[in-house]
Formats: sequence, C-alpha cells, structure tokens
Amino acid sequence: MLLGETEAAVVLLSAEVALTAIAFSLIPGFAVAWLLARGRFRGKSLLQAVITLPLVLPPVVTGYGLLLLFGSKGPLGSFLEDNFGIVFAFRWTGAALAAAVMAFPLMVRPMQLSIEAADPGLEDAARTLGASRIMTFLTVLLPLALPGVIAGSILAFARAIGEFGATITFVANIPGQTQTMSLAIYSLLQSPTGDQAAARLILFSIVLSVLAIVASEWFAHRLARKRG
Amino acid sequence: MGVLEVSVAGQAGDFHLDAGFEAGPGITALFGHSGAGKTTILKMIAGMTRPRTGRIAAEGRVLFDSGAGIDLSLPRRQVGFVFQDGRLFPHLSVRRNLTYARWAGKRPATRPFEEVVALLGLESHLDRSPTTLSGGERQRVAIGRALLSDPAILLMDEPLSSLDHARRLEILPYIEAIRDETAVPIVYVSHEIDEVARLADTVVVLEQGRMLAAGPAAEIFGRLDLGDTLGRQEAGALVEGTVSAVEPEYGVAIIEAGGAQLELVGEGFGTGEAVRLRIRARDVAIALQLQTGYSIRNQLPCIVEEIVSADPAFVEVALKLGSQRLRSRITRKSADEMALAPGQEAVALLKAVSVERRVARHHREKSPH
Repeated sequence: MLLGETEAAVVLLSAEVALTAIAFSLIPGFAVAWLLARGRFRGKSLLQAVITLPLVLPPVVTGYGLLLLFGSKGPLGSFLEDNFGIVFAFRWTGAALAAAVMAFPLMVRPMQLSIEAADPGLEDAARTLGASRIMTFLTVLLPLALPGVIAGSILAFARAIGEFGATITFVANIPGQTQTMSLAIYSLLQSPTGDQAAARLILFSIVLSVLAIVASEWFAHRLARKRG
Repeated sequence: MGVLEVSVAGQAGDFHLDAGFEAGPGITALFGHSGAGKTTILKMIAGMTRPRTGRIAAEGRVLFDSGAGIDLSLPRRQVGFVFQDGRLFPHLSVRRNLTYARWAGKRPATRPFEEVVALLGLESHLDRSPTTLSGGERQRVAIGRALLSDPAILLMDEPLSSLDHARRLEILPYIEAIRDETAVPIVYVSHEIDEVARLADTVVVLEQGRMLAAGPAAEIFGRLDLGDTLGRQEAGALVEGTVSAVEPEYGVAIIEAGGAQLELVGEGFGTGEAVRLRIRARDVAIALQLQTGYSIRNQLPCIVEEIVSADPAFVEVALKLGSQRLRSRITRKSADEMALAPGQEAVALLKAVSVERRVARHHREKSPH
C-alpha cells in the first residue's frame, strides 16, 4: 500500500503521538494498577472511578477538561510552561497528552488484572531468598505481570492512534502539528478531492488495528505457553 | 544457648499468640491443630509478620527485638522458608528457581549446587518448568531453593500437607537427609503427629496461640497431660534405641532401649543402627509379673510412674523403662483390680508387631529414592 508524502507524515505523527503517550503512561499506569490491585487505602474506589472516567465521559468533555487544565491559561498549563517550558496547547505534545489520558484506563485494566493474578506469596518467597524489593519487583512481579503490561500497551496504543474527540477539542486539527490519523481522515472526508487519500489512510488504520490484535494475542499465547 | 530463641507475643488470627521456646540443632517441630498459631510463629521468625513484642535470635544473631528496636528485613534475616504450597516461580526454570538466591539475592551459596541437587534427587529436572512438576518434585525444588540461599535456619511450613500419603513418604527421607547431612537447624510446622514423631528432636506444642509444652521429643510424647492436643488414639511414647542384634531367620531385630531388650519384626536393620520407636499407648498392656507361655514376646520390667484418667472407661499409665518412658492405655476397671499405683513394679507387654521403626538416625543405609 502506497501512501502519499502528506499521508505518510500523518501516519508518522500519529505513531509518534501514540508511542509518546504509551511511553509516558507505562510507569504511572503500572503504579496505579499496582495500587488498585494490592493497595488497601481509603478512596481506592474513588481512584478507580477517576481512572475509568475518560472511558465513560464523552471524549469532547475530556478534551475540554484538558483545555481548561493544560491550556496556556489553565493552572497546570501555565505552571508547566513557566517552570519547565512544556507547552501542550495546539502542539503535538498536547495530542499525546490527550491520547495518554484517553488510553490510560485501557492500559491500567489489563495490568491490574495481571497483578491481581500474581501471587504476592511469590514475592515473600523471593524476599526470604535475599532479594531486595527492587530485585523482587524486577524478577518476580514484573515478569508475572508482563502479559498484562503488553496487552495494556497494545490496547492503549490502538486507542491512542484512533483518538479523535478529546484531541480535536484540546489541541484542534492543525496539519503537521496535531493532525493525527483520525483527524486527517475526518478532514479528507470533508474535502471533495480527499476520498482516495482518506481510503488509503482508512485501509492503513484497519491493517494497523488488526496487527495490534494479532500481536497482543501472540504475546498472550506465547506467555501462557511458557508458563504451561 | 539454643540455635534459635523465640519469645513472641502478638496477634494471630482471632486470638492472642504468646510463645517462647528454644530450639537446638536438628529438627524442632511446632505441633498443634490448624489455627494454633504455628504458621504465625514461622512468619514472625522469617519477618513476614511482626510480633507486637518479643525477641527472636538465630545462631546468636538478633533478628527481632522490640525492646531494642531491632527488626531486620526479610532478606537480611537469612532464614530459608519452605512454604506449604512450594511457591516456585512459575516463569523460571527449576535451575533458575534453585539458583534464585545467588543471582537475585546476591547470596553466595556455601553449599555446592551439585551437592544439593544430588541430595534432593533433582538432576533430571533442572531444565523443566515448575508447572510441569509433580507435587512431590515441586516441594523438593522448594526445599533445595531454600537450602541454596545459605540459610542460618530452615523454616518449613507444613511442607507435606499438600501431598498424598505416598508422596509424603517419598519426601520424608529427603528432609531426614538434610537434617543429617547439612547441619542446618530446621523448624518444622505440622499438625501430623506421625511426621512429628518421625522427624522431631524437639517438640513445641501449641494450642490456640498458647504454648502448652516444649522439650525433647521423647519427653513431650511421654507426657500424659497433652492428650487432647496430641490425640488420644495416636498417643504413644517415643523410645530411642540401638539395634543390638538381628536374627534374619526369624526376620526380627533385637533393640536395646533404656536398659531393656525389645524384639521387633522388620527387615533391613543393621547392627549398631540407632532407631526411634513409637509405641502407641493402646498397644501396651500391663502385667504384674513376667508371663510365660505367652505369644507376646516383649515383656519389659517397668515402674509405674503416673496414672491419669483419660475418660470414664480408660486410664493412661506412664511406665518408667530405664531412662525412658512408655505409655499404656488400659481400662479403669483393670487398673483398679490390679491396684496399680505409682512406684509399683510392673511388666509392660508389647506386641512385637506394634513396634515400628520410624527413624534411622545418624545413619543412612542408602540414599533415599
């Protein structure tokens, strides 16, 4: 399948946005998943609700919320800009943030399930064998939770690639900056000459989704077989 | 000073736990019904559960001392733990499980890997996944893994309870081999009186978080006041003896125990072998004089030490046999008719078949397989 130059740029930008979103969500995602799976604290169900919120809210509302918080005049947005020079508004970084927020619950859920399935007793066993907390995490919990981490990442990646509502509300539809695949397809379909290019992008996105599902199944299968 | 000193108080489930004992070398059994607090004590020694107050020291090292504010973390306690369910790492091969302490715990094993593998008969399983092992094999790997972490003390939490009877008999010789060949003191939690009778050098009896008794195995098994916890039907004395002669033509061995000679049926005894006999109270009858013309071969002159009512129909009699103790369970009626009283001389009648060899101590005829 041949993509034109602009379409290739759109695909690359989408991949960059989605991968950035995943990369920055992995650690907080695992931490939240661990808290939800193992933590015993007040407000746990509240945390669960807040994490799940982007899944049930209209994406436009989430995008508007991000705009209020992370826009140039928003409290977090101005703070980050003044102190760290990080700007989200109308930048690809904003698209990545929107994608990360929208994909977060999909990433956390499989991680949480796999941590719940991992016997904490194994970590006690590792500790009695002399392993530090970090070693215990790296050699026991992480490998056991790996199927969940991979499944969560793939689901989140697919969600991030397809993100539309929150992105367009938060950072608008700027070609070369925030115009990811879904936004590009939308724009092309609006234009009388864009049908062909839209079709190519649509086909591409379908292939990408199928590949994501196949990859996630393959990983899950491989790990299941390795464990017997 | 014992190898392990424990004195702890804290919460165990719904009740208050309060126990203090010293364990010497060899195997110390924590015995009691489920829920007695045995596992909680093990977890306190290992550092998985925190006692409210108390002190725990192993091999002269203080692991926990609420008074001095000492509470070593799990890895620093250097305590090997064999869990009831094995807890092998399912994502690692048997070999990687066995060497876990070396590569993840940075503990140099003082015991050679090959030696432990051979001791536990794991040579052919090293490259398998733990999930493909049988229950017995899994527990052997778990024991090996703990042993290779260079433990100052080995804690075993009902390591055989998830196995059927045949598998238990298969594992017990390995535990005895560890006791005899590694000199690592073992604390062994069990609610199976047979396992305790066979393995324990020291026994600590627990009931609902309280420590009822602690001491050398033969002394604890000889006590008449622990009936409900040790079990009435299975109650019996442990007698340590040495094989003084074998008579292969009759298939019997003569055992020297407490200055008396016992004759017991069984193959494979070697002269000079140290054995532990378990003689159930229900298998011991009492006579006032030596009997003749009688099929019971073992007639041991004893002195009545203690008589305790077991229930309305029965009494338990403790008999002094040299330096050791026998127990007999007879009807109250015969005790009254014979006018048994402490200090009296009597003869214990043991059916030869009722004497089982349970432990070949300090002597292994062949490697267990």
